[in-house]
Amino acid sequence: MDWGSLQAILGGVNKHSTSIGKIWLTVLFIFRIMILVVAAERVWGDEQQDFVCNTLQPGCRNVCYDHFFPISHIRLWALQLIFVSTPALLVAMHVAYTRHEKKRRFRNGEKIDIEELKNEKIHIRGPLWWTYTSSIFFRIIFEAVFMYVFYYMYDGYQMPRLVKCDAWPCPNVVDCFVSRPTEKTTFTIFMLAVSGICMTLNLAELCYLVAKICMKQSRKTAALK
Amino acid sequence: MSWAFLRDLLSGVNKYSTGIGRIWVAVVFIFRLLVYVAAAENIWKYEHDEFECNIKQPGCENVCFDHFFPVSHIRLWALQLILVSTPSLLVVFHVAYRENREKKHNQKLYKSPGEIDGGLLYTYLISLVLKTGFEIVFLILFYKLYNGFQIPHLVKCDVRPCPNTVDCYISKPTEKMIFLYFLVATSCLCIVLNLSELSYLICKYSVKCYLKRYTKKHRGSTSDCHKSGTISHRRAAAAGPVHDSSLSLPLNAEGGHEKISPLT
Repeated sequence: MDWGSLQAILGGVNKHSTSIGKIWLTVLFIFRIMILVVAAERVWGDEQQDFVCNTLQPGCRNVCYDHFFPISHIRLWALQLIFVSTPALLVAMHVAYTRHEKKRRFRNGEKIDIEELKNEKIHIRGPLWWTYTSSIFFRIIFEAVFMYVFYYMYDGYQMPRLVKCDAWPCPNVVDCFVSRPTEKTTFTIFMLAVSGICMTLNLAELCYLVAKICMKQSRKTAALK
Repeated sequence: MSWAFLRDLLSGVNKYSTGIGRIWVAVVFIFRLLVYVAAAENIWKYEHDEFECNIKQPGCENVCFDHFFPVSHIRLWALQLILVSTPSLLVVFHVAYRENREKKHNQKLYKSPGEIDGGLLYTYLISLVLKTGFEIVFLILFYKLYNGFQIPHLVKCDVRPCPNTVDCYISKPTEKMIFLYFLVATSCLCIVLNLSELSYLICKYSVKCYLKRYTKKHRGSTSDCHKSGTISHRRAAAAGPVHDSSLSLPLNAEGGHEKISPLT
């Protein structure tokens, strides 16, 4: 069980997304999940071992590390990716439910081609439109929340080289040095930029869906007149 | 042998579940298993190496670590995931038994081997009770073993060979506590899902049984609710779509992925 399984689940959702949705999914897989697994995890891999404090006092390093990094960047990113991917499941469940309803109607005597049903692309309209739009809305909310949490927890997006720590049992104010601060800052800014791109894509998709439905409604009312 | 085995097992179970059961599978996969593998495992990876005591006495650190962490949180978490997923195997075995029986007698004995009725209903209910039981047992175990769900920064240890009371510092206590709360929250969510599925199934089949008895009483013959698994009985009253076991999520990746999608 790993990110590959999540990829398999989300891959199925791809069929029923808009084009912007497919771009979002690609960005998510390549620029976020893959970067996280292949690069970022290694950068943060030795974070506590190489967190060094200028003291021999046992326990000071542990306490200072815990004080400055209550939850590691890498874990926050993993949680962010999980939460941001989950709304897509709502769409998958709705599509499954729609297909099931059609199968039931087929069993009750209506003529529907089963093979066609399996491969049919379900268009985003009616109740599915609402599910899809709410899933995009939740994605945007989760992205924004996590970006804010990062900003709030780490006072910005920069990783300092040196932190001054005076938590007990450190005898007085002690200098502690973070390992690979520049590399970590680079990756933080990269992940932030990609989050921003994903949020923009989601907003664009939301606007597109709303505009589409408004145009449809105006065409309907024009036709009725 | 890895977590992929559990994933494949649960994918198989998904076919015979109700709608709530599928939500449970999704929660277990994404919010428990994936979080465990992708995030939590690494937090506890070097817990012993990073556990530091304010003493140079050899053996003191080992003994103190063992005293305060008889079984590591992460191992308990893994055991919980395994034990909570296994009762679903009962359902899989029962369905396989039904299919075997049909093959042996070379005739259709059941309306559908995977439909939850008759004996399979009881198996399903037992699996739900076991799942809920295991969840509660593990939550209590976590609570008792570690005095609540808190992880302290510092523990005071005076086990031999430590010469006197020694301060020992735990690594990443805040991060561990956050994930522990996450574990508790998802466990509670799963308990709620299991209990609602249990009550839903009990209500549904009690109503079904009652209606059958009521209609048969009107026609002047006795009814027997427990024979509903055999094909000779009338079709069940039209049920809503959530209960039908043929509901499947179209979550196979496109482009010819060979991997089994966990939610089909």
